[in-house]
Amino acid sequence: MTEAVPAVHTGRGEETSRRWRDFVTNSGIDTRLLGMILALAVIWIGFDVMSSGKFITSRNLWNLSVQSVSIGVMATGMVLIIVTRNIDLSVGSLLGFLGYNMALIQTQGKISILGLNLTIDSLKEHHWYTWILALAVGMLLGALIGLLQGSLVAYVGVPAFIVTLGGFLAWRGLIFRTGGTKGQTLSPMDSTFQYLGGAPERSLGVAKTWVVVIVVCAGLVSSIVLARRRRIRHGLDPRAKAMDVGFAVGGSIAVFLGVWLIAIKYKSPSTGKSVGLAYPVLILIVVTMLMTYLARRRRFGRYVYAYGGNPEAAELGGINTRRTIASTYALMGMLCAVSAAIQTARLNSATTNLGVQNELDVIAAAVIGGTSFSGGVGTIPGAVLGAVVMQSLRSGMSLLNIDSPSQDIVVGVVLVTAVAIDALLRVRNRRGMLGALAGGVLVAAWVIQTGRP
Amino acid sequence: MSDSTSQETPAPSAAEVPLCEMRNIKVAFGGLHAVDGVSIDLYPGEVVALVGGNGAGKSTLVHTLSGAHPADSGVILINGQPVVINNPRDARAHGIEVIYQKLALADNIDAAGNVFLGRELVTRTGSLDDEGMDSATRKLMQRLNPRFRNLKTAVRSLSGGQRQSVAIARAVHFNARILIMDEPTAALGPAETSQVSELITQLKAEGIGIFLISHDIHDVFDLADRISVMLQGKLVGTVNKADVTKDEVLAMIIVGKMPADVSSEEMAGLHGSGPS
Repeated sequence: MTEAVPAVHTGRGEETSRRWRDFVTNSGIDTRLLGMILALAVIWIGFDVMSSGKFITSRNLWNLSVQSVSIGVMATGMVLIIVTRNIDLSVGSLLGFLGYNMALIQTQGKISILGLNLTIDSLKEHHWYTWILALAVGMLLGALIGLLQGSLVAYVGVPAFIVTLGGFLAWRGLIFRTGGTKGQTLSPMDSTFQYLGGAPERSLGVAKTWVVVIVVCAGLVSSIVLARRRRIRHGLDPRAKAMDVGFAVGGSIAVFLGVWLIAIKYKSPSTGKSVGLAYPVLILIVVTMLMTYLARRRRFGRYVYAYGGNPEAAELGGINTRRTIASTYALMGMLCAVSAAIQTARLNSATTNLGVQNELDVIAAAVIGGTSFSGGVGTIPGAVLGAVVMQSLRSGMSLLNIDSPSQDIVVGVVLVTAVAIDALLRVRNRRGMLGALAGGVLVAAWVIQTGRP
Repeated sequence: MSDSTSQETPAPSAAEVPLCEMRNIKVAFGGLHAVDGVSIDLYPGEVVALVGGNGAGKSTLVHTLSGAHPADSGVILINGQPVVINNPRDARAHGIEVIYQKLALADNIDAAGNVFLGRELVTRTGSLDDEGMDSATRKLMQRLNPRFRNLKTAVRSLSGGQRQSVAIARAVHFNARILIMDEPTAALGPAETSQVSELITQLKAEGIGIFLISHDIHDVFDLADRISVMLQGKLVGTVNKADVTKDEVLAMIIVGKMPADVSSEEMAGLHGSGPS
C-alpha cells in the first residue's frame, strides 16, 4: 500500500517528485520492500566482512533460511491481525501448546481435548499418514483456539491485548495439564514428521528443488502475463511492456540464482550431494504465496485492509467486520500449528517451553516488515523479509560470538529504528528519516563491535 | 448545463406516490427521544432538505433509512410498499445510497476499491476483479470529475473534491433511487460546491430523490425544493422553499413554530440570538 502524500503541491521540485510517486504507484513497485532488500544486503555484506567471509556461504545462508521459517510463517498471520488494529500476544504459548499436542499424538497416540484423552495405539507406530494426522489435528486445534480468541475480541468486545494476554498465560499453563504427562518432554517424533524440521540430510535434494524453482518461476511469469491480459481485456492501459518483462525475467533469475547459490551449492558433509531446499523453507514459500494471494486478491483480504483503514467505512459498506476479525485469529492459530510442527520436528521433541518469547519476534518481524499499528498498512512479503532480517542479525552476531543479551539489544535497536523511519517517512521528513537511520545503524554497530569477545 | 439555482418545482400532487415515505418514526436512546414520531416524504426528482440545530435528530432520522441504526417504531415505505431496513445492505437493496459527511472512505484503499467497498466484483475463481472495478470507476469518473485521472493512489492523497466525487460515484454506480447527502458541501470550496450542485441538478433530472441534511441555510435555499425542519426530535413542519423566506425557516429552526404562528417580536429577536 502506498504511503501518505500531502495533497498540496507547489513548485517544480514538487511536480517532479509527484510524477515520480505516480510512476511508482502505477508500476506496482513496493519501495519499502526494496528498501528492506537493500538493508538485508547491507547486513549480509557487513557481517560477511566482519566475520572474514563466513557469513555469505551457502551453508550459512541455508541454515539462515531454515531458521527464519518458524517466525516467518507466523508473521504472515500477524500482519492481518495488526492491520485490523489488533494484536496477538498468545502466539508463542499457543505454539507450545499445539506442538505438545502434536507430539502427544506421535509419541503416545493420544489426542487430548479439554481433558478428554482419546488414545489410538496404532498411532504410536509409523504409518504413512501419522504425520498428516498429527499436523491436521494441530491445525484444527489451532483454528478453534484462534476462533475462540477472535470471537472474544470481535463479538464480546474484549480488547485484543487482554484476550491474547490471557491466552499467553492460559495456553502455556494448559501444556502441563494436557495428556496426563504432567509436562514431561515428549520424544521422538514420527520419522516422516521429522522431515519438517529441516535437517540437511532430510531435504528436497537436487531434482525436487529444480522442480520447485520451475513451478515458482512459472507462477511468477504467468501471474504477470495474466494480469497484463486482464487489464487489456477491460480496456485499461497495461503496465509498460519493459517493466513487465523486467519483472518476469528479473524475478525468475533472482529465484534461480538464490536457490542455486544456497540450496544447490550447499553439499551435505555426509553424502557429498547437494542438499536442496529444506522442507520448512518450501512450506514458508507456499504459505507466503497463499497468504499474499489471500491478502491482495480475495475479498477477505480487502475487508481486512478496509477495516484497518477505516472501521466505520467498512461497517457502513455492509462488510461483516466481526466475522473478518474473528477469522484473522483463526488463521493465526493454524499458522501457529504449522510453526509448531516445524519446531518440534527440528528439535525432535516437545518441551513445555517451546515457543517462549516467539510472540515478540513475530510482532517485531511484521513491524520491521512495514506493518503499522495505526492500522491498514502492511504487506505479507514485508513481514517475511522482516523475519529474515531479524534472523540474519542473530545469525551474524552468533558467528561473531556475541552473547545473547547483546543480540537482544541490537534487535531492539533495529526494531525501534525501523518504526522511526516509517513514522518519519509518513510525514515526509526525509532529513529526520536519514538521521534516525544513521543513529540506529551507529548504535547497533557499536553494540556489535563492543560485544565481540 | 442549466445554471446552478434549482428551478421551482411545484408541490407534488396528492395522486403521485412518494418515492420514499417515513411515517411516525421513533428512535430512543435510553430515556432520550432522539426522534419522536416524525413523518416526512420524498418524491422522485426533488430535493428535500432536512434542517435543524444540533441534536435536532436529523442524522438519527436518516440513519433509520440508511440502515445505520434501525428505527424503534414507525413505517418506511418505498414507492408505496412498506419495507424493512435493519442494516446498510437492506437499505442498498432498496436503492438507498448515502453520502456521509465524513464520506466513509477507507483511506488506505484506492478510488475503485472504495467505490466498490463491500460490493466488490469477483472473477469466476472468486478472486477480486480489480481490473473490472478499475475500468468501471474510470467510466464513472469521466462523467463526474473528468480531471481526476490518477485513480490508483490511496484515497488519503486526494483533495476534498476528489474524495467527494469518489463518494458520489459510489452512490451513483449502484443505481440509487434515493440519495441521502449529509452536509455534502461542508468541507468544500466554492468551485467544488458548484460542481456538487450541478451534479444534484443532473441527478434530479434522472428522477432520483435526494434527502439533503444541512446546517447551512444558504446551501438549503440554493439546492432544496422542500424543507423539513426538526427541533428536539420532533418535526416542526415541512414547507415549499418557494413559499418561505430564509428568516421564516430560521424561525422554524430556532423558535419551533410554523411561519403563520410566529409573532413579530419573535421574528425580530431571531438575529439577536443568532443562527444555530
